[in-house]
Amino acid sequence: MDRTLTILYFAWVRERLGRDEEQVPLDEGAETIADVLAMLSSRGIAYAEVLADAGKLRFALDQEYGTLESPVGSARELAIFPPVTGG
Amino acid sequence: MIKISVGPDDFDVGEEIQLVAGKGGGAIASFVGQVRDDGNIEALELEHYPAMTDKALRKIAEAAQSDWPLHAITIIHRVGKLSLGENIVLVVTGSDHRGAAIEACSFIMDKLKTVAPFWKKETRADGATSWVEERASDVAASEKWQTKD
Repeated sequence: MDRTLTILYFAWVRERLGRDEEQVPLDEGAETIADVLAMLSSRGIAYAEVLADAGKLRFALDQEYGTLESPVGSARELAIFPPVTGG
Repeated sequence: MIKISVGPDDFDVGEEIQLVAGKGGGAIASFVGQVRDDGNIEALELEHYPAMTDKALRKIAEAAQSDWPLHAITIIHRVGKLSLGENIVLVVTGSDHRGAAIEACSFIMDKLKTVAPFWKKETRADGATSWVEERASDVAASEKWQTKD
């Protein structure tokens, strides 16, 4: 079954990738957020650089925080962003 | 009552306090965060993740409501371009006693700063811009409420 994930980028992640949203067909073996990041990193140097230090990034699957190990499952939306700085 | 509002518009602190006071109790606590003059800062641009922001703020308010006896909670957070001295965020809590109101207000702010998906970009007097970085002190303040996630 083909799975497509909407990926959203915010703040400097968005700026450095030059996009705020894209639809990404998931590879067969892409099970976790870490797998999706590995997939994206193979798309080009900008992705590889931005995603290289995953410890500086935060992730949300369908608007709930997740970790690198979180299974993507049937989620429709993955957001990738820096630590939040509101308030 | 839980009132959550996220948008570009400013808020009237007095009006919001009256609204919470009207829900009962006699102890109202509030916090207002404004754009601070922090080394030549002229303005802030606040970005957020609309689909997640409301959910995240509601979750924080509900956690506060389950941990303290509150009559009302208001959380207002602005987004977009804000100048020096402008309001950014307002939290108001209402309870029967000050301890609950003040603690809950503090809890909500600590969680908001580390969980709610907002990002600040600063513009300095010389036009240079930079994204604000996470502060270890904010993370520590949030983690001290360890049983209240």
